[in-house]
Amino acid sequence: MPRIGVFVCQCGNNIESTVETKEVAEEMEKLPGVVYTCSYKFMCSSPGQDMFKKAIEENNLDGVVVSACSPHMHEKTFRKASEKAGINPYKCEIANIREQCSWVHPDKTKAVGTAKSVDLTRMVIERLKKNRPLKTINIPVNKRALVIGGGIAGIQAALDIAEGGREVILVEREPSIGGNMAKLSETFPTMDCSQCILTPKMVEAELHDNIKIYTYSEVEKVDGYIGNFSVRIRRKAKYVDEEKCTGCGACWEKCPFKSDSEFEMGLNKRKVIYTPFPQAVPNVPVIDAPNCPKIQKDKCGLCAKVCGPQCIDFEQEDKILTEEVGAIVVATGYQLMPNERFGEYGYGRIKDVISGMQFERLASASGPTGGKIQRPSDGKEPGSVVFIQCVGSRDEAKGVSYCSKVCCMYTAKHTMLYRHKVHDGQAYVFYMDIRSGGKRYEEFVRRAIEHDDAMYLRGRVSRVYERDGKIIVQGADTLSASQVEIEADMVVLATAIVSRTSAATVAKTLGIAYDKHGFYNEYHPKMKPVETVTAGIFLAGTCMGPMDIPESVMMGSASASKILALFSSDEMAREPITAHVNAMTCNACWDCVTACPYTAIDKEEVKDRKGNTVRWQAQVNPGLCQGCGVCVAACRSKAVDLAGYTDEQVYAAINAF
Amino acid sequence: MAEEKETIPTTDWEPRIMAFVCNWCTYAGADLAGTSRMEYKPNVRIVKLPCTGRIDPLFIIKAFENGADAVLVSGCHPGDCHYTTGNYHARRRWIGFRGLMEFVGIDTRRLHFSWVSASEAIKWVDLINKVTDEVKELGPFMEYRNLKRGAEEAKP
Ligand code: SF4
Ligand code: SF4
Repeated sequence: MPRIGVFVCQCGNNIESTVETKEVAEEMEKLPGVVYTCSYKFMCSSPGQDMFKKAIEENNLDGVVVSACSPHMHEKTFRKASEKAGINPYKCEIANIREQCSWVHPDKTKAVGTAKSVDLTRMVIERLKKNRPLKTINIPVNKRALVIGGGIAGIQAALDIAEGGREVILVEREPSIGGNMAKLSETFPTMDCSQCILTPKMVEAELHDNIKIYTYSEVEKVDGYIGNFSVRIRRKAKYVDEEKCTGCGACWEKCPFKSDSEFEMGLNKRKVIYTPFPQAVPNVPVIDAPNCPKIQKDKCGLCAKVCGPQCIDFEQEDKILTEEVGAIVVATGYQLMPNERFGEYGYGRIKDVISGMQFERLASASGPTGGKIQRPSDGKEPGSVVFIQCVGSRDEAKGVSYCSKVCCMYTAKHTMLYRHKVHDGQAYVFYMDIRSGGKRYEEFVRRAIEHDDAMYLRGRVSRVYERDGKIIVQGADTLSASQVEIEADMVVLATAIVSRTSAATVAKTLGIAYDKHGFYNEYHPKMKPVETVTAGIFLAGTCMGPMDIPESVMMGSASASKILALFSSDEMAREPITAHVNAMTCNACWDCVTACPYTAIDKEEVKDRKGNTVRWQAQVNPGLCQGCGVCVAACRSKAVDLAGYTDEQVYAAINAF
Repeated sequence: MAEEKETIPTTDWEPRIMAFVCNWCTYAGADLAGTSRMEYKPNVRIVKLPCTGRIDPLFIIKAFENGADAVLVSGCHPGDCHYTTGNYHARRRWIGFRGLMEFVGIDTRRLHFSWVSASEAIKWVDLINKVTDEVKELGPFMEYRNLKRGAEEAKP
């Protein structure tokens, strides 16, 4: 027979004024197994807690029900006190007779409130009789982190975690870290040069004792759960021995073959053995294998001949390695919508119609023109440039429904950069709305208009075509309600930011959620903006949606601080509300496996001593299980149950209704 | 046998309603109704579950068996589930179950499904009042109780 104690709280007058707490206690005393009851003024006060503990000890109780306020208020308090008094915290339950009863049934005769409190408490007592003692789950935490993506968000996260004294593995798919930010010329609204603020951070990451960088690498598989991930990384063959390479550049200087430069957005060529840009980190070239005649047809091989330290290896193969980490930051970034979609703007047809990112390269001192604004077709300085905003953004019919957030600002910046370099040049901007929310952003746009004379036209462009060596841009100016036709030398498209083509694949590898645009979902858009639904995996930067540099940096730091908090203890305590499968009744239908929102259930093979498979069964991973109980209701064999909310407990409550 | 059946108590009969709610949205919404001192009909008894996805349709049958005149299931709004998709499972299961109840002849006005978020105290209050009034009009769930009694009597 259980020995249950029932403590009915008066909550001053909050409960007592509409519930006869003494009567509730007396009624409960009649239930089998209830050996102690009382009514008390303030159960949560410290004399109340002392009384509670004393009553447990003196009456040798093995379970308690506190009939009081919502468990969301004081469940923790009473469970802690129970534990101190020597009973398992999960043998303490709360009946909510304040929020659910006394406060919402202001009947002064106390009849209604008392009757309902009796019911509510009885249901909880019956449930408690079926409670089993549960133990908090302690998960060991491996205090190393993985950062996927070496753009500014990933670099920031890696640096902050490393500064916090923890090891970080930074995985980048390109030959160098730096991401999209490395391509930018100046940055709004301060106009500081992008590389000047980024490259010191890249170098810092490279030299940091706690950071290991794998470039030209991709994460292929992630197993495990918070505190205990196992990650498989593919290091693609660079055909250059990283250890030996001094970065002298003799190889790419001598390489006779060229290919379009990804970094220069196709505005320039690079060699087949190359570093993407001069400040690349690491400063180790890679061979673009599909375009290398030595690798493809065994012809050439010049680079190997000129390399002093002999680090070229045409036979090199991809390497697979496994790293164990406790937390992951996903910072895989964005790409631009293919401009080819916008035939009406002449992209791909007219050489001098370029993208905003290409303009960044033209304006960049380290770019293909050395920072001179020259149009791609003939290298002439354009006397007038038309900038078209919202190319694909906010346009569900042709592009995406959302706003790409940074284009208004960088277009204003482009007009300024252009004017600073071509003093008599005229910039025109076609826009839908100007969105310049952000510190000093609105002033920045005004400066472009008022100081640098950019001509802003509110309206859409309908057609772009060539006539007598000029680009004719036809559009509407809705503010003057007229059609406009501008003769331009160059057109720059502010194309939409979209998720990376590989976004969905990466999300599946990691088990995180993404939206219909392929951007990763945060756990909660306001309260948990850098967490994902998968515990231990965090987000930073544009992989979760368009954002500017400051925001990306903030998210990187925020993720890092979450991870450092996680790494501050050796073990992580988890509520033991997890599902368990009964091996005897599981018939391996995998209904639970498909139902579980956290992919917390594995298919497990049961083998005999000879190693033959006898059967299969479902197995819950307590590290991943969040305790929703979806699997329990999904299982038709009733083979899964949820600790803390077992069928037995729920039925006991229903039967006491 | 018919004359032995319970008759509808005409005087102060009050419906008994059982509510299965999730911990994160509806339970918190009901708490908010309390902290805001809103007033509603006292006929509901809540059973808290982590998620509506935990609800086994048998819970509902068990509730009727124990004398519930109506059963209410409520959780987070679609898309807001604390466990991301648990409430979708609940919804799918519910639709199937409701169809089955209809098929066996149970008045589905005794079955309610709703989304009440942690901030929708008013919605919770309105819901309980509405369901209570509706069930009051329907009267006690004699069909089910008779069915149960019939089954008991049929036992050898
Ligand atoms: S749903 Fe039940 S029977 Fe099917 S695999 Fe899962 S535990 Fe086993
Ligand atoms: S309780 Fe929820 S999270 Fe845990 S295994 Fe079952 S379905 Fe998955």
